[in-house]
Amino acid sequence: VSLHNPEIKLESLKEDIKDFLKTSGWEKKLQNAVYSELNVFPSPCHPSAPPEHMKEPLAYMRKAQGSWEKRILKSLNSMCTELSIPLAQKRPVSEQKELLNKWNEMGTDEPDLSLFRPVYAPKDFLEVLMNLRNPNYENGEQPSFRNHLGLIQVPLKVKDIPELKEDFSELGLNIGQLGIDDSAQVPPEFFENEHVRIGQKVLAEQDSAAAQQYVRQGCPTALRADLWALILNISNQPEDILYYEQLKSNVIQHDLLVDSLIYKDVKLTASNDDYYFVFEDYLYQVLLCFSRDTSVLEHFTYSSATPPKSYIRGKLGMEEYAVFYPPNGVIPFHGFSMYVAPLCFLYHEPSKLYQIFREMYVRFFFRLHSISSHPSGIVSLCLLFETLLQTHLPQLFYHLREIGAQPLRISFKWMVRAFSGYLATDQLLLLWDRILGYNSLEILAVLAAAVFAFRAVNLMEVTSLAAAEAVLADLSTLKVMPLLQIFLFATVT
Amino acid sequence: RIMAGKVKWVTDIEKSVLINNFEKRGWIQVAENEDWNFYWMSVQTIRNVFSVETGYRLSDDQIVNHFPNHYELTRKDLMVKNIKRYRKELEKEGSPLAEKDENGKYIYLDFVPVTFMLPADYNLFVEEFRKNPSSTWIMKPCGKAQGKGIFLINKLSQIKKWSRDSKTSSFVSQSSKEAYVISLYINNPLLIGGKKFDLRLYVLVSTYRPLRCYMYKLGFCRFCTVKYTPSTSELDNMFVHLTNVAIQKHGDDYNHIHGGKWTVSNLRLYLESTRGKEVTNKLFDEIHWIIVQSLKAVAPVMNNDKHCFECYGYDIIIDDKLKPWLIEVNASPSLTSSTANDRILKYNLINDTLNIAVPNGEIPDCKWNKSPPKEVLGNYEVLYDEEMAQSDGSDRDLRSRSGQSSGVKGNRARDSGKPVLTTWK
Repeated sequence: VSLHNPEIKLESLKEDIKDFLKTSGWEKKLQNAVYSELNVFPSPCHPSAPPEHMKEPLAYMRKAQGSWEKRILKSLNSMCTELSIPLAQKRPVSEQKELLNKWNEMGTDEPDLSLFRPVYAPKDFLEVLMNLRNPNYENGEQPSFRNHLGLIQVPLKVKDIPELKEDFSELGLNIGQLGIDDSAQVPPEFFENEHVRIGQKVLAEQDSAAAQQYVRQGCPTALRADLWALILNISNQPEDILYYEQLKSNVIQHDLLVDSLIYKDVKLTASNDDYYFVFEDYLYQVLLCFSRDTSVLEHFTYSSATPPKSYIRGKLGMEEYAVFYPPNGVIPFHGFSMYVAPLCFLYHEPSKLYQIFREMYVRFFFRLHSISSHPSGIVSLCLLFETLLQTHLPQLFYHLREIGAQPLRISFKWMVRAFSGYLATDQLLLLWDRILGYNSLEILAVLAAAVFAFRAVNLMEVTSLAAAEAVLADLSTLKVMPLLQIFLFATVT
Repeated sequence: RIMAGKVKWVTDIEKSVLINNFEKRGWIQVAENEDWNFYWMSVQTIRNVFSVETGYRLSDDQIVNHFPNHYELTRKDLMVKNIKRYRKELEKEGSPLAEKDENGKYIYLDFVPVTFMLPADYNLFVEEFRKNPSSTWIMKPCGKAQGKGIFLINKLSQIKKWSRDSKTSSFVSQSSKEAYVISLYINNPLLIGGKKFDLRLYVLVSTYRPLRCYMYKLGFCRFCTVKYTPSTSELDNMFVHLTNVAIQKHGDDYNHIHGGKWTVSNLRLYLESTRGKEVTNKLFDEIHWIIVQSLKAVAPVMNNDKHCFECYGYDIIIDDKLKPWLIEVNASPSLTSSTANDRILKYNLINDTLNIAVPNGEIPDCKWNKSPPKEVLGNYEVLYDEEMAQSDGSDRDLRSRSGQSSGVKGNRARDSGKPVLTTWK
């Protein structure tokens, strides 16, 4: 089909173009792109609202995020000074050559990382969140039965179970799910075969919106990679591959301090993980490029965070010499590489893996380590978790609190990492299917509460935080979907 | 049968995964020269027990964990010899299994890399080598394990010494320590995360005639700690090429938490996600196929002593076209644990093996029909049951689903495209 058709008339040009767009598949692509934007960007707010309201409407949250960022940057700068390593420097040519040769096996490198420490760990971040207060809200110092008994003491609105049941209606008891209705005892004719067939149809139609609806019931393993790419609108065009190669050459040419932080993080986390150690080298290839990707800066328009600024040596405070550091504005923390690791099971081509990760980060993961009032932000998730637990398992909550084992202290790290490294990979992927399907991270809080509910009997017996941690140390045998279904739809409230 | 009393056991392998399993059954440890019911022996000991000189007679209530001539399968040269003989026999019979393609390669039975015995087949090897002078070959001593004595060659000069002693006799040379097999090296292995790996699968055989074998669902992949490169300069770096844990353990990057091992279910998840379900199912079907064929190949020559069962460690490599290759079969798979997960796996392996081999944990009677009920299989699945295959119906049990993490599925489509249904029977 082409518009190079001598029969095309000026009068019918508009209709001809519309038809052309439809038949060539471009209409669908445009729809997908628009749908993608709708998913990512917040709805337009009041025309007089200043741009920082799109980042974060509540002033006290913005302030808290700003202080946190100052702390992180200070920590990074002091590490820099202590170790006398510049934040960034150009690599000598010989080193560039060496790195290029080693690009596919950076895991075999053993740089001395003993002096580097992660800039922060999730528990440091939790301390900050615990101290968040809304200055307009009279809290009263003594926690009472009227107040919230958990660690988060800000009055954000979170959903209750009836609302969650409505939002997550596709997870209901009478609706087929992958992760439940595809188990060995269930004949595939009941649900699985038909679900696979529909999935193939969705892929054939290349419809993002349909895909997003479809994955709420889980992705068949063979279709997952393509479905996620469709939802995230990643098509791995030549220009995308070229962009990735450009990032790679940036890595080769310049050495960043954060590179060492990334190395250290991978070595401490993914390299020791039963599932992900195999992909160690891919993690470097993705994360080193990610640090240099200035397109990531775009997400700061709707994130409460602001990229840290650094100054060219000797030009402190002079705005013309300010650069974002790292170039993508994201300082990695302990466990950051675990956001990438599960994706390696789906994508083995580096540039596609990279793009999928980047999109997952700017849609979801950034909310897990920045302070905001967004319903999918970590603060809301923590509050949602604590509220669900306090409302539906009050005895357990009270008991744990009494023995000094505030539940959030244990579940925080699960949520910050979106459960990566805690669940078995096949279960994690089923969970992330639903994150994509519902375009929300709330399911992380619901799962965390469901895990506590599942192990409630054992938890009631413990008498210390350490013992509670031990009961919840190993989540690798858990089946995510039954837990969620029971908690939302089969628990007597 | 009113055999009261506990099973008396002996072992000459001091491994906790064994001993803990015996003790948890309340079995009683005895010495070798006393009356015993169950002897978990090393391969050296089995040689003595069944050698003509000792005149050892096992009684009906005694079981051992090896077949007398297991080496027909577990010695590299004999395994190849038996498979070659088996194929020729099938060809002579005109069996469809022995069908060849236009290049003269067996379609269904080409699962062992081209292999020659040295020094016996030296000249034949040279002829093959010259067809592909840039190929790499792997030299393995016939009688050793754990990767000992293995090296790679890509030039005839590197194995000159086997030509000088070349014998034209086809018997295995006197000193079996000097005999080597040389196999075409799989230089296009499937890489995951850029790393090479092999598969270790456990297969329990309770009888060879009729053949009854079980596949352990929890096999694992062993990854090389160093990146794989087919480059010739790396030929001497055994860490790159060999996946034996005993060798990998001494490499710089060996990790004691995961030990460089992946479960077979991880492999399946990865392959289904990146390659699709059909080709993954086909791969696992082929793996089961080659294991069964290898057992059928040696079944006629095996001494099917009723006092015996055996748990083999199968080593398989998958190439980048997703074709599995049988590398070797171990009679004494390592019971050493390199990580905590490993210890649990091996403990459960022995547990499930004992449940099948020694029914109800009671004093055995080797005349029993060796048909354990389904409930005791644990993590084993029936791989092939010749008796069932020859009777009517139930060909369902013949195909193992052990690749799938969720266990047996009753009616998965058999779409591997081979005429397998008829031949399984």
